[in-house]
Amino acid sequence: MSLLSRAAAATLFTLASAGPLQADALDVRIGYVQWIPDRGPVLSNIIPEPADSGLRGAELAIQDNSTTGRFLGQNFELSSDVSDSHDDALAAFEAMHSDGTRLFVVNAPASTLQAIMARASDDTLVFNAGAKDDALRTAECHVNLLHTAPSYAMLTDALGQWLNMRRWNNLFLITGPTDEDKAWADAFRRSANRFGLKIVQDKPWTFDADLRRSAINELPAFTQARNYDAVVVADVRGDFGEYVPFNTWLPRPVVGTQGMSPVTWHRAVEAWGAAQLQSRFENLAGRHMNSDDYAAWAAIRSVGTAVTQLKAAEPMELRNFLFTEQFQLAAFKGRSLSFRDWNGQLRQPIPLVHPNSLVAQAPFDGFLHPNTEMDTLGFDRPESTCRINR
Amino acid sequence: MKSLFKHLALAALIGLSGPALASLAYVSNERDNTISVIDTQSMEVIDTLPVGARPRGILFSGDYSKLYICASDDDTVQVMDLATRTIIDTLPSGADPEQFALHPNDRHLYIANEDDDIVTVVDVKTKEVLAQIDVGIEPEGMAISPDGKWAVNTSETTSMLHWINTETFEIEKNSVVGQRPRHVEFTRDGKIAWASAEIGGTVHIFDVDTIEEIKLINFQIRGVPQDRVQPVGIQLTSDGKYAFVALGPSNHVAVVDAQTYEVLDYLLVGARVWQVALDQDEKFLYTTNGVSGDVSVIDVDQLKVIKSIKVGRFPWGVVIAPTS
Repeated sequence: MSLLSRAAAATLFTLASAGPLQADALDVRIGYVQWIPDRGPVLSNIIPEPADSGLRGAELAIQDNSTTGRFLGQNFELSSDVSDSHDDALAAFEAMHSDGTRLFVVNAPASTLQAIMARASDDTLVFNAGAKDDALRTAECHVNLLHTAPSYAMLTDALGQWLNMRRWNNLFLITGPTDEDKAWADAFRRSANRFGLKIVQDKPWTFDADLRRSAINELPAFTQARNYDAVVVADVRGDFGEYVPFNTWLPRPVVGTQGMSPVTWHRAVEAWGAAQLQSRFENLAGRHMNSDDYAAWAAIRSVGTAVTQLKAAEPMELRNFLFTEQFQLAAFKGRSLSFRDWNGQLRQPIPLVHPNSLVAQAPFDGFLHPNTEMDTLGFDRPESTCRINR
Repeated sequence: MKSLFKHLALAALIGLSGPALASLAYVSNERDNTISVIDTQSMEVIDTLPVGARPRGILFSGDYSKLYICASDDDTVQVMDLATRTIIDTLPSGADPEQFALHPNDRHLYIANEDDDIVTVVDVKTKEVLAQIDVGIEPEGMAISPDGKWAVNTSETTSMLHWINTETFEIEKNSVVGQRPRHVEFTRDGKIAWASAEIGGTVHIFDVDTIEEIKLINFQIRGVPQDRVQPVGIQLTSDGKYAFVALGPSNHVAVVDAQTYEVLDYLLVGARVWQVALDQDEKFLYTTNGVSGDVSVIDVDQLKVIKSIKVGRFPWGVVIAPTS
C-alpha cells in the first residue's frame, strides 16, 4: 500500500473537483424509527439477533446516497431513533415530524406503524421496513405507506413455489404459539393452496420443556405421521424451531422459519454484485447484513434513486415518481425492483437459504405472470382490496 | 491435466505452421482462477492457465505481447507474458480491481476499484500510482477515448458516467444514466460513446464533443420478461455497421444498427452473457456466458451463432489477439 500513499495529494485535489455541479444544493433528511418488542425467553437462544438490525442498513444507504449525491450537490442526512417501547417510538416520530422531517423509515410492529400513519401529515412518506403482516398489503393500506419488507405471503409463496418445483407436496406443519407464528402459518396455508401442496398434519407447538435436554425425545414423537415429504416450521422468533432439523420421526428435511428459510436477505447472497454490498455493509457494521438491514437499506436507496433522477426531494413528488416506470431500484437481486401500484409493496425476488448457503431464489421458471414473474409472490392486484393509486 | 494441455498446445503450434492463420482468444474464468486460451481457427480450448484470485477484466498491452489481468480478490493487476504464458509481474492496483483500460500512450492504466469507490491510475512501466480519483459507488466500466483525452468510468450504484480528464486526472463531468451502468465503448473515430445500463435495461448514446446523451436504446425480446434484459458488454465493428450488446440473463446478444440505433436482431447464446469481443478481422464475435460456463461464437456476416466452447467456471472477460 505504500506505493499508493504517493497518490494521496492527487486524491485530495480531485476530491475538490468532484464537488457539486449544480449551484443550489439539495438537503434530504430521512427519519428512521425502530422499535423491536422483546422476543421473550427462547429455547434456542444461542445466537442472539443484533440490536441494531435495520439501523445499520439505513446508515449504509445514507452513505450510498451521499456518495452519489456529492456529484449532484445532494446531501442526505439520517435522524435515527431506536426506541424501547411503542410510546417511545411514537414520541420519536412526532419529534422528528415536528422538526419538519417528512420522509421516514419505520422498523416496528404493525400496530406501531399504524399509529405512526395516524399521526403523519398528508405530505409524509413512510416506508415500512419491519412489519410483514399481510393485512397491511391487502386491506389496511395507506396512500403514503410503502413496504420494502416483504409480506409473510411473499416469503411463504417463495417456499411454496420451491416445494411445488421439487414435488415435495405432502407437508407436516408445526405452528408456534405467538401471533407472528400464526400469521406465518396462515400465509403458508394460503401458499399451499396456491401451489397445490397438501398439509397432511397441521399441529400447534404446545410444549414448554427445554428442548436442549429433551429434543431428541420429544420431537420424534411429536412428528409421527404415516408419511410426509418435509416438515414446515412456523416459529418466527426462533423458540423451538432450531431443534426440529434432524429430530423428526421420518428422515425428512425441515423448511420454514428454520432449516431452509425464505428471507429478504442473507449473507450467503453474493451474485449480481451482492458481494460488493455485503462487503460495504461488513466494513460499516462489523457484522453480516440481515433481512431487516436490507429492508431499511432498500427504502433509503429508493429515496436516493428517485432524488438522483428527479433532482428534487419534495416527498409527494418522490412518492409519485416511485410508481412510474422510470423508477427502477438496483438492489442486488438480479432484477430491477419496483413498487406495486395497488398496495405500495416492493416487488422483489426472495432467496431461500440455509445457514451457510443460498439454495435458490424465487420466483422460479414456470410460474408465469402476465406482467412480471415477481408478482407470483405475495398478493397480486386481484387478491388485494388496496388501490392506493386510484 | 497439465501435460495434456501442453500436448494440445504443441499440436496447436504445429497447426500454426499450416496455411491457415490462427489467432488466440483469452477468457478469464472468475470462479476458477484461470484463463482459458482458445485457438480461433479450431475454436477449441488449447490451454488453461492458472492466475490470481477472481480474474475479471483482461486486456492486451499495445503490442499484444502481454496480458493484463484484474485479479480482484488478490487486490492486484497481474501481467502475463503471452510468449511464455507465465505471470511475470504485478502492478499496484488498489483494492478489488474489476475492469480497466489502457491509455493510447501504452503506459497509463486506469483501474476501477470496485470496493473503494476510486479509479486508480498506474504507470505500467514505472509501476507508479499516478492518481487515485474519487468516483461513485462500485466503479465498474472503464474506457478511454481513441484520442486519449477522456477516461470514462461507470459507477454502478451511483448510476453515472464520470468523465475524467486524462491530463489533470480530474472529473470534468458526470452524466446520470440508467441503473447500474456497466460498460462504455467509443466508436473508432471517438465521436460517439456507447454506455450500457444493466438494471435500467438501456444503452445510452453520448455525443463526445458535447458530452450530451443523444439517443436511448431499449431492448425487447419476445418471450423474455423485460427485467431479464440486462445490457452489459458492447462491441462495435470498425466499419460503423453494427453494435453487439450482451444482454445478460436474457441469454441474448442484440445486434444494433450503429448508424440508426435500431435493433436489428437478437441472437440466442449461452446463459448470462456479459462480455463480448470481436476477432481482429471482425469475422467472429466471442461472448462469455457466465452461468453456462461457455463461450458462444457468432458469425458476424451471417449474424448466426455457430459454436459454443466450454471454458472454466463463470467466464467473465474475453479478448482476442491479432492473427499471428
